[in-house]
Amino acid sequence: MPIDQDEIEKIAALARIRIKDEQLPGVTERLRNILAMMDTLQAADTEGVEPMANPLDAVQPLRADEVTEINRREAFQTIAPAVENGLYLVPKVIE
Amino acid sequence: MQWETVIGLEVHLQLATKSKIFSGSATTFGAEANTQASAVDLAMPGMLPVLNEQAVRYAVMFGLGIGAKIGRRSVFDRKNYFYPDLPKGYQISQFSDPIVGEGSFEIQLEDGSSRTIGITRAHLEEDAGKSLHEDFHDQTGIDLNRAGTPLLEIVSEPDIRSAEEAVAYLKALHSLVTYLEISDGNMAEGSMRCDINISLRPAGSTTLGTRAEIKNVNSFRFVEKAIQYEIERQSDILEDGGQIVQETRLYDADRNETRSMRSKEVANDYRYFPEPDLLPIVLDEDYIEALREALPELPREKRERFITQYELSPYDAGVLSAHRALADYFETTASKAGDAKIAANWVQGELLGRLNRDELEISDCPVPAENLAQLIQRILDNSISGKIAKQVFDAMWSGEGDADSIIEARGLKQVSDSGALEAMVDSVIADNQAQVEQYLAADENKRKKLVGFFVGQVMKLSKGQANPQMVNQLLAKKLV
Amino acid sequence: MHKQTVAQLMRGLRDKQFSSQELTSSLLQRIEQLDGQYNSFLTVSKDQALAMAKAADAQLASGNAGPLTGIPIAHKDVFCTQGVRTSCASRMLDNFIPPYDATVVRQLNEAGTVMLGKTNMDEFAMGSSNESSYYGAVSNPWGSTLVPGGSSGGSAAAIAAGLTPAATGTDTGGSIRQPAAFCGITGLKPTYGRVSRLGMVAYASSLDQAGPMARSAEDCALLLNAMAGHDPLDSTSAARAVPDYCADLNRPLEGLRIGLPKEYFGDGLDSTTAACIESALKELEQQGATLVEVSLAHANLTIPTYYIVAPAEASTNLSRFDGVRYGHRCDAPSDLDDLYTRSREEGFGDEVKLRILVGTYALSAGYYEAYYRKAQQARRLIKDDFMNSFQQVDIIAGPTTPGPAFALGSKNNDPVSMYLEDIYTLAVNLAGLPAMSLPAGLVEGKPVGLQLIGQHFDESRLLNVAHRFQQATNWHNLTPDSITGADL
Repeated sequence: MPIDQDEIEKIAALARIRIKDEQLPGVTERLRNILAMMDTLQAADTEGVEPMANPLDAVQPLRADEVTEINRREAFQTIAPAVENGLYLVPKVIE
Repeated sequence: MQWETVIGLEVHLQLATKSKIFSGSATTFGAEANTQASAVDLAMPGMLPVLNEQAVRYAVMFGLGIGAKIGRRSVFDRKNYFYPDLPKGYQISQFSDPIVGEGSFEIQLEDGSSRTIGITRAHLEEDAGKSLHEDFHDQTGIDLNRAGTPLLEIVSEPDIRSAEEAVAYLKALHSLVTYLEISDGNMAEGSMRCDINISLRPAGSTTLGTRAEIKNVNSFRFVEKAIQYEIERQSDILEDGGQIVQETRLYDADRNETRSMRSKEVANDYRYFPEPDLLPIVLDEDYIEALREALPELPREKRERFITQYELSPYDAGVLSAHRALADYFETTASKAGDAKIAANWVQGELLGRLNRDELEISDCPVPAENLAQLIQRILDNSISGKIAKQVFDAMWSGEGDADSIIEARGLKQVSDSGALEAMVDSVIADNQAQVEQYLAADENKRKKLVGFFVGQVMKLSKGQANPQMVNQLLAKKLV
Repeated sequence: MHKQTVAQLMRGLRDKQFSSQELTSSLLQRIEQLDGQYNSFLTVSKDQALAMAKAADAQLASGNAGPLTGIPIAHKDVFCTQGVRTSCASRMLDNFIPPYDATVVRQLNEAGTVMLGKTNMDEFAMGSSNESSYYGAVSNPWGSTLVPGGSSGGSAAAIAAGLTPAATGTDTGGSIRQPAAFCGITGLKPTYGRVSRLGMVAYASSLDQAGPMARSAEDCALLLNAMAGHDPLDSTSAARAVPDYCADLNRPLEGLRIGLPKEYFGDGLDSTTAACIESALKELEQQGATLVEVSLAHANLTIPTYYIVAPAEASTNLSRFDGVRYGHRCDAPSDLDDLYTRSREEGFGDEVKLRILVGTYALSAGYYEAYYRKAQQARRLIKDDFMNSFQQVDIIAGPTTPGPAFALGSKNNDPVSMYLEDIYTLAVNLAGLPAMSLPAGLVEGKPVGLQLIGQHFDESRLLNVAHRFQQATNWHNLTPDSITGADL
């Protein structure tokens, strides 16, 4: 079943992407084409195949528990859009 | 109707690593905002996580401590959601293959009974930063020092049936993790935070009712109160024929109530999938066995050993084994003093009493175990009486030195010299003839009471240092 | 000077024919004069370049120089460069000046290369034509109406235009090889994990790999020597020794078995392109290699698999761009949601948004099993096909792309037809294999790329085959007639 606009809006909300109303038909069509292409995978027989997340099937290396970072707040906050007293600012979060 | 409470707890335990789980930033509590947030913690473009081996070790130790199955191959997943204290827009957690599988442990209840609570799983994840809502003129300030601190999320089965059990479970958990030294367990600093899943069902029913989740409760007392409040709230709704809404609630300690978190109204779809920047953690048998062998004696084992080795009551053994440092203190005192029962009494009575009064931890105790042991030895060798010992203990508490030097300096050594005591007894008898006559006229029963007067006078004369046993013997001999 | 390979420039520097400062200045001047027509550079870091060249000259004079000391290079704008804007060709990072270097950049700096600037690309490396750049398309030096390919289109065009002898690129589904093919240069995508991803802005973490782009296989070997290596700060980086990639370049090809996947020579392939590839293969055969037909039976799963895995990973990799700590933030957000959605709405271009939506959908509740998990299974089947083929052959060869560079604007409105451009390159990333593209002929004056695919960590063999081919042919030395700048 092709994706409908409601579903696209739901996905867009999850991804915090706004689609303007006038763009919605175009986006819907593109998405439908892509999803139709993706759906061709459904025909593949993957029964019993172990999913592969990493092409080398490697295992996780471990880092020694050592403090290696120094305070670079100033360098990092120079490029921040809104800071005050060393804190990053966002519009009021209500809980 | 009779309702049964069903509770499952999710505990977020900060692991006591020096650096963060995926970066080399320090985890020290209380640093100035964002001074412990590295490029990785801030999710700067191109930054990648590398796993801290100590976090893995601690998680496995916990698993071994609850007899759980250790995941030979566990996987990190991304849990996707947007929130300002979550810099990457996803939390690295474990979803389908956690590092610790099913296990269980036993909790002790106040009536002396015990219950086994199942642990569903425990998994590694990273902590989020903190949002500060005050003082920023309608803005929220974000501090990411805490972002990336390693957490072990410990998920219990819905096996808990009351607030008391929930608290007992948390205390047992606290005891276990501090024994293992994998967390400082400091609840005030957020090292142990608890989400409570709670529902009611008609007594005897086996299906689960609709649950509410109370987020982020951070003290034993609040857990107890939040559960009590929630039981009331839910049973009121159910009694009125209403339905419980499955939702996330917050416990407000100031008002002692839970309330719905309306900000989470958008249904979450976390889109878990394996974190492609990390690879599966693969643990071999040797690694796990080496950790198993290195495990310290755990609270339950210690409690049982205290019962058999020191002949303590199960209750006393429970109190003394609840904290590893206290247990060590007790054992040092007992072995140096040579009498475990007296040591147990002193540790549980005077010592714990004073620690509580002064709000001190055992690690801050001003009286070393060796000094308490010396004090007990002086009681045992009759150098001082129990009453004097309390004075000496007070003096040790205020830092005046060890028992012997205080006894010496204050001249508190008990008088056991029979010549000196005899002289005192004689003088008391001579000075109190009226009482002597009264005593002599009394029958056997009354005499037992009246003799106390003479003992008291002798003690007064000796400034409390007369050996009471000898005084009694001398009086019995002379009052004829 | 601007047509020379890295190897030739190294000799020139060593023999004091010119200094690094002279070389660097001449290229900076060419960029200034010529890049207006190509738009291949987003940032030219002139002052730093001259300072680095000066330092390189001092090192060359003192005799402590490494092989690459003083060699100018450009970096794709996906690599973070300390103090130099790193935009990923996105409005989102238009103002982003990283306080750190990517490991690749650091290693090349340490090797003494001189950074000329940062090259244009598809926004966040998502594209096959370089048309999704916030800063405008790049035109192919072989024809101003042609795309240079993507996503490393700026790097490829800059080399083809003689603005830099070499550049870095990244390849998630063909982003080094396809622009290399379209621009008539040589590019190598190493084995996944061979080159650190730290400081490289992520598109799809399990597919991304950085590699060199240059005028010859020998140059790629020289650059890979400096780029490859284990990075303890990248968990997916391979802890494995780095061989000298120049050591085996001249090894004879006798006995080499080359697999030709029948699926790569089928209907979709342009016939004149096919003819170029076949004559290139004949050259290799003449040098003693044997051609063997192999089958990659699951090749038909490649496109859907890739276009599930890559957008899924990308959709969450790009969540960090939220307007809070760096990058674009919308004006006067009314609330938190407005901050997120408007910053992202304004900061991301259409193709990026589209891929975020596709990826979010593929991971969302109810679809994860059908899409993402299924794609991870198909991915193993695709890799296993290669592994089975490598039982019979040493390397695999075929076309890099179905045809030569297409016209700017010709595929903009049909993402699926654009995605088909990558049909021969995607599987390599899914399987984590190393692969190269090298010039193998011209079709109507447009370059055609021969793709060589190797076994995991067998970059040396690929470079060896490519080098032998280039010793016997002249395709890699051709330059577009459009190059007009004087050799300064």
